[in-house]
Amino acid sequence: MAEWFQDNGLLLGLALLDGLSSAGLIFLVAVGLNLVFGVLRIVNVAHGSLYAIGAYAAASIGIFLAGLGLPDWASIPTLILSAALVGAILGPLIERFLLRRIYAQEEVVQLLVTFALFMILEDVQKLVWGVQPIHHETAMKWLGTIDVPFGADFIPFTNYQLFVLPGFAIITLVGLAWFLRRTLTGRVIVAVTTDREAATAMGIDAAKIFLLTFTFGAMLAALGGALSSPTAALVPGIGAQTIVLSFAVVATAGLGQIEGAALTSLMMGLGRSVAVYFEPELEVVVPYIIMVLVLLVRPQGLFGVTETRRV
Amino acid sequence: MTTTLSRREVIAAGFGAVMLPSTLSAQPAQKPAELKIGVTTFLSGPASVFGVPSRKACEMLIDQLNAAGGIAGIPVRPIFVDEGPGTDHLVGEIRRLVQSEGVHVLFQSISSGSCLACTPLSRELQKVNLLWDCGTQRIFEENRWEYAFRTQGYGTSEVLAPLLYLLKKKPDFRTVAVLNQDYAWGRDSWELWKTAMDALKPGVRVVAEMFPRFGSTDFSTEITRLLALRPDVILSTSWGGELVTFIRQATERRLHERSMFVLPVAEASMQILGRSMPEGHIIGTRGDHWNNHPAPKDPAAFNAFINAYRQRFNEYPIYPCHHMAQAVWALKAGLEKAVAAKGGAWPSDLELANAFRGLTFPTPTSTITLREDGQGLEDQIVGLSSFNDRFPFAVPKEMMLFPGEQVSAPVGQKSTDWLKTLQPSMIQSAGRSI
Amino acid sequence: MRKIEPLLAILLAGAMIAAAIAAPWLRFVLTIALAKGIAVMGILLLLRAGQVSFGHALYIAFGAYTVAFLAPRFGDAMILLPLAAVGAGALGLVIGLFVTRYRQIFFGMLNLAMSMVFYSLLEKLYAITKGSDGIRVEIMPVAGQALDRITYEWTIFGIALGLAFVLGLLLRLYLASPMGEALAGIKTRETRLEFMGVPARGVLLSAYVMSAVLGGIGGALIAMTSRHVTPLLAYWTSSGELVFIAILGGAGGVLGPFLGAAGYELVRVYAAASFADAWQMILGAVLLLVILFAPGGLWGMAARAIGGRGR
Repeated sequence: MAEWFQDNGLLLGLALLDGLSSAGLIFLVAVGLNLVFGVLRIVNVAHGSLYAIGAYAAASIGIFLAGLGLPDWASIPTLILSAALVGAILGPLIERFLLRRIYAQEEVVQLLVTFALFMILEDVQKLVWGVQPIHHETAMKWLGTIDVPFGADFIPFTNYQLFVLPGFAIITLVGLAWFLRRTLTGRVIVAVTTDREAATAMGIDAAKIFLLTFTFGAMLAALGGALSSPTAALVPGIGAQTIVLSFAVVATAGLGQIEGAALTSLMMGLGRSVAVYFEPELEVVVPYIIMVLVLLVRPQGLFGVTETRRV
Repeated sequence: MTTTLSRREVIAAGFGAVMLPSTLSAQPAQKPAELKIGVTTFLSGPASVFGVPSRKACEMLIDQLNAAGGIAGIPVRPIFVDEGPGTDHLVGEIRRLVQSEGVHVLFQSISSGSCLACTPLSRELQKVNLLWDCGTQRIFEENRWEYAFRTQGYGTSEVLAPLLYLLKKKPDFRTVAVLNQDYAWGRDSWELWKTAMDALKPGVRVVAEMFPRFGSTDFSTEITRLLALRPDVILSTSWGGELVTFIRQATERRLHERSMFVLPVAEASMQILGRSMPEGHIIGTRGDHWNNHPAPKDPAAFNAFINAYRQRFNEYPIYPCHHMAQAVWALKAGLEKAVAAKGGAWPSDLELANAFRGLTFPTPTSTITLREDGQGLEDQIVGLSSFNDRFPFAVPKEMMLFPGEQVSAPVGQKSTDWLKTLQPSMIQSAGRSI
Repeated sequence: MRKIEPLLAILLAGAMIAAAIAAPWLRFVLTIALAKGIAVMGILLLLRAGQVSFGHALYIAFGAYTVAFLAPRFGDAMILLPLAAVGAGALGLVIGLFVTRYRQIFFGMLNLAMSMVFYSLLEKLYAITKGSDGIRVEIMPVAGQALDRITYEWTIFGIALGLAFVLGLLLRLYLASPMGEALAGIKTRETRLEFMGVPARGVLLSAYVMSAVLGGIGGALIAMTSRHVTPLLAYWTSSGELVFIAILGGAGGVLGPFLGAAGYELVRVYAAASFADAWQMILGAVLLLVILFAPGGLWGMAARAIGGRGR
């Protein structure tokens, strides 16, 4: 064991750096899904579409503004503003005109409504943005790279990958935790997450909270997409792959748990990058193995609370 | 969109099939009012980056053909089917095309999986089946098909040509790493490469074999590992969004300064990458149809095709467009040959199929011969990525042409067996500079 | 309504046979629809207990690959069908022992995780499974009789129809039995069941194993019909499709899954034929419309049209 570490310690260090940035991206998407699930009790399959649309919108707004001569540094605020825009438009639209009609229905029906929405939005993306890969990398290029020492050698990492992605994840985590614990609206959201019936009985305007939470969740999904757009080429189908991983994060984390989502994303991000170094063929199943192991030990998820059994 | 049916028409066609027995290939062949071809291609999912341009090329060419009087005097109508929903859906769609739409010829598919599933079906349904883009070597090596022909090259030549080019340009490499998509083409192309490399240059060390999930959008971890390993050569037969993402993330972190890339399917991504593509790496196009081909056989026809496509769609054609065009030209040549053989009468499905065996048809760059086993022999051109004033994206320089016959396994031999028998002397003798 | 259900079933079967005679291509589509209908009966069973499996494509894929792997060795449909059913049942027992400890989203997501692990294995173990190329299934003898293509297709259609009848009848009997009634108890108040001395987990587990068997049979029939299996059969969107069919058909009677499957397949092929690049959008829109405006699904519509009283 000690010998193994001597041989591979440096590689493990690299895997750690890679894992952090991928964990950051996983977290941003999953935390939005988890928040929405906690409050609305809907597994929003279309969260993946919002991620994809966020990515596409950020890239095309970025390309458009760059054409107008926007300086390079502005590309990072542009990413955030695009995501906010996508969330602010699509979030209320979806919540008001679709989800609001089905809150009274069974869980499976709600799930399917978002599944149907997902199918529709998949084709909408194709009609709007076409099928050729789209990319806009100014943000990544502008920040440049940093050489990380690796024994006698060095490895260039992009600053974007090393600092921006984990940085945004940490800001989101801290900001959310503060918002949920310290502000009135935040506390109301927590109250609805913990006990919906009691909260509404106490006179909380559930409709308003639902709209707010869903819009915020949509923004987070779009932000995840927007932040991925400087490094990834956007093609049809990116939403489907993102959402299935987020499902695993949400179930592992415990419903509505922000810190749980952060810890789970970290485990999955690190697990995957370690796998790429030492057993690449395992990479794809790592998140599911983590999920099953966690749920074996903690059936309600990492940070989940056991619901009182009602008679 | 002259070819899209209205919903009502389709439903009517469906009811038509309910009311009337569908046309069977056993009936005496009568000259139809139009020649229907069923085209399977990706219209959804990641591979639609190939599928949609190829459909555009198909529509454009058929419009041109029909304006000039069609093929053998009748107009041609393509019916497109999406490969995206998966093979089990596609085998149903092939049945629909033949049994309900009554297509005369099938053009299929981009995915090797689709081809492997549908080629046997075309024999059962007894319809001529032109494999227009899929590359798997298994099709004609594991079976013999009466109705199927591939109007382009295949995996073996598309991997062997870049390997030979690498051995000529950089004969002293010692280590190689592979980063391929995790699906049939990624796995098969690596097996072909490895087999040929072990025969042509024994002793090369493989330092990493990575097959990230199909459709991955981030390769940072893989790139870090490659940066740490410093292999002399990195092979990637990836395409589409994955290749674009990989190249961009890799060049940003200067991986291209440490290793030489060999990218046999690069051409389709060059326009999207634009100036982000690093210079001096080996790029291929699954054939000989580079937009900057220095000496096409018929320059007028070649430029006419490229210019017409550019004019209509505001972009350069990519290799799937050329492959689609090859299938259309092969269909024209084959059908005219079959009609001529019957003295002007309309051929049956079997007679039509027989016309394709051994057929040599012209392409603007060269000619393609459909061998006795159905496999097409298409020349391969490989070069180093470079920029010039004519194109806003990378095109090859120091190009070498490998004739299709030289880099294809002989009829009746399996590629992997044949590649094992290659001698290092082949590195000198194969290919010529153009 | 319950009384005329058998009559309706016979009518539906008659319509299917007529369509299959008239159009050889519809015979293929309808055989697939019957196979999926059989698998969806398993979803229905779990829905009765209020649980949504978002991973039942696992059992379809398992049944299909069982056929693909064993066809060269035991090339007879009459041997392969029971093998696929038993195999899927055994797999369902193993997985069921684990997943039936969980409810709601955890149940759904764990099933999803299982199917995604299976999907990844099918793709990764290229040497065995041929990866995403999939495996072709040759025309096989049925009960020792070697058949030509047309007879074979008719035979499989007949077997699928026969199995649909027999299994549908058995399911009806099961749902009306005390075990079946207990299932509904899990949905409403699980704790009450246990106070009555009914082991809820055992009830759910037996339903789960049955649903796995139904999935395996459906998968085997799909493999025998499409005669080509790929990992995509196990992808999460295929699982979503099964739930989609269940809701489209309506969760009322055992006829629902077959109405749903036939409707789904027909909409899909016609949408794909008329709008090759927007068929997902059409399917999604149909699903939305059904959920929003015809809550009981196709079965509910039929019920209203006939008696107005539903069940």
